[in-house]
Amino acid sequence: MANAVIELDGLEVRFGGQPILKKLDASLTGRSIGLLGPNGAGKSTLLNTLLGFHKPSSGTARVLGRDIRSQTREVRGLIGYMPENDAFIAGMSGVRFVRLMAELAGLPPGQALERAHEAFFYVGLGEVRYRALGTYSLGMKQAAKLAQAIAHGPRLLFLDEPTNGLDPPARVRMIQLIQEIRDRGELQLILSSHLLRDVEECCDQVLILKDGHIAAYCNLEEERRANHRFLELETRSASNGCFLEALEKLGCQTAQGAQGRIKLVLPDGIEVRRLYALAAEQNVQIRRLNCKRDSLEDIFLKAMESSGTRQEPRVTTAMGRGDRPEGLSYQ
Amino acid sequence: MAVYKKIYRPYDGVLTAPWKRFLVIPRYAFEDLHRSRFLTFFYIATFAYPLIAALIIYIEHNLDALKLLQVEGTARLIEIDAGFFMSFLGWQSMLALFLAAFIGPGQVSPDLANNALSLYLARPFSRAEYVLGKFSVLAILMSLMTWVPGLLLFVLEGYFEGGDWIAQHSRIASGLFLGGWTWIFLASLLALALSAWVKWRPAAGALMFGAFFVASAFGGVINVMLGTRWGDLLSMPNVIGTVWVRLFEGENSLSEGGVFFRLDRSAIIPVWACWASLLLLSCVCLYMLHRKIRGREVVR
Repeated sequence: MANAVIELDGLEVRFGGQPILKKLDASLTGRSIGLLGPNGAGKSTLLNTLLGFHKPSSGTARVLGRDIRSQTREVRGLIGYMPENDAFIAGMSGVRFVRLMAELAGLPPGQALERAHEAFFYVGLGEVRYRALGTYSLGMKQAAKLAQAIAHGPRLLFLDEPTNGLDPPARVRMIQLIQEIRDRGELQLILSSHLLRDVEECCDQVLILKDGHIAAYCNLEEERRANHRFLELETRSASNGCFLEALEKLGCQTAQGAQGRIKLVLPDGIEVRRLYALAAEQNVQIRRLNCKRDSLEDIFLKAMESSGTRQEPRVTTAMGRGDRPEGLSYQ
Repeated sequence: MAVYKKIYRPYDGVLTAPWKRFLVIPRYAFEDLHRSRFLTFFYIATFAYPLIAALIIYIEHNLDALKLLQVEGTARLIEIDAGFFMSFLGWQSMLALFLAAFIGPGQVSPDLANNALSLYLARPFSRAEYVLGKFSVLAILMSLMTWVPGLLLFVLEGYFEGGDWIAQHSRIASGLFLGGWTWIFLASLLALALSAWVKWRPAAGALMFGAFFVASAFGGVINVMLGTRWGDLLSMPNVIGTVWVRLFEGENSLSEGGVFFRLDRSAIIPVWACWASLLLLSCVCLYMLHRKIRGREVVR
């Protein structure tokens, strides 16, 4: 696929004979893609393999159309990488460190210095850019890592657990920065995290890994839109029986819960106001109406459950669960 | 562009040539080394011997000065021959070993300790370029101490003696260049390999000297216990001395090498064995670097 950010083509990575990534096949096309999975699922290994740190034992992958086996240098030239762990050069000032990294990416010294200053101001560390990196707090180190990842102007940003160890205000600031970068639309990003909230707030697509397999791949936006006709009602009346019958006659799928709660899927072509009319006819009060949608947590948990019983990945999109969107292929 | 612009913008300017990006590493390293007064002073002090040697060569060719020193006729103050240049290279190489022991351990170990390798190698910058960059830090500094001033002295002597002397003694020039590089290559690789494996810098520096002196003593013990001469292959001064003598004087060599790098004439070991031992040591160092210089270490 021409516009795929990442194409995984039977990618397998083994360490000491042990498969870590197991024949992954996918084509990721989103502007901001979340890599989700429990610890040890293979998220960081996938990023490191795409960067050329690990050699695939079979298969390959393409990053923005470049093969990671034969065009490693070109691939790295397109990527800005923010690693999971502390990574810096102690004793070096922040701005000098980012300048060094930009120069190694190919920027001339003058340009590298200018962009290092800009990157530091951009991530909010402008005032401390001349301080030694070793003296930075954890939040400042995370921001400095982001600065070095964007200073050379990459086309694709790999963020590996960017909010690791951050306190709530620092986390909010980091998420805002990532959203800002995403919304400017000048680079695409892959965010690896085990924190559902980070992915939900920053990504429009999510790839869920479990034990080296793809457990699910979904477009969060489409998923939300697809579920907007799933409703939860809280009703009050002498009996809901007649109301339920009327709903089913209308074509709704219903399920009755305790204390007048009803879950239903509204068929196409039926407006919500029709429910109120029906309730009035049946002398039923609708006290609350919620549009229920799958949260990322629901999607994640379902993926974990389904991959626990079978190897087939769960694909959720606007076309319906289990359908494969064009350009997506899985084992 | 003002530095206060708080926006992200992609870079669409020119890029530097990929082949010379490794030179970024020595440039930053030299800036750091220049901040250390001790190292700056030490490095300047290492040029004392070349200056004295240049002075000796000058005096050797200045009749007034020789008269003043009461050296007349065909007598010479010091013979300017292969031995003179080997001694020069020996002194300077020993100082280069000190330099490598001071700055070598600080090359790779801080990057490993702070996981910086993943940042270096996530760029269009290979492991080989990283090692080449770190190697060039040591190689440039050591070159300026050893074969570069050595060749300048050779040119100075040739200037005074004339073109015939240069033609007759061209082996000295090639010996200075190749002998100097042999030592630089070995000492730099050893310093980098130890720096990659020993994270405590003083210990890595001490191991540099250990490889030079303790291994010699160990080789001597092997010679005594087994009644052999092959233990000398562990003695770096002996091995390097043997190689230098061959490079400077050819097959019909008579001298015993330079200062600190002397061969044992009573139990001389073949030159091929010396080259083989140097090659083996280099391969071991390269393998050590190959194992450690990685974007991400896999813990099995």
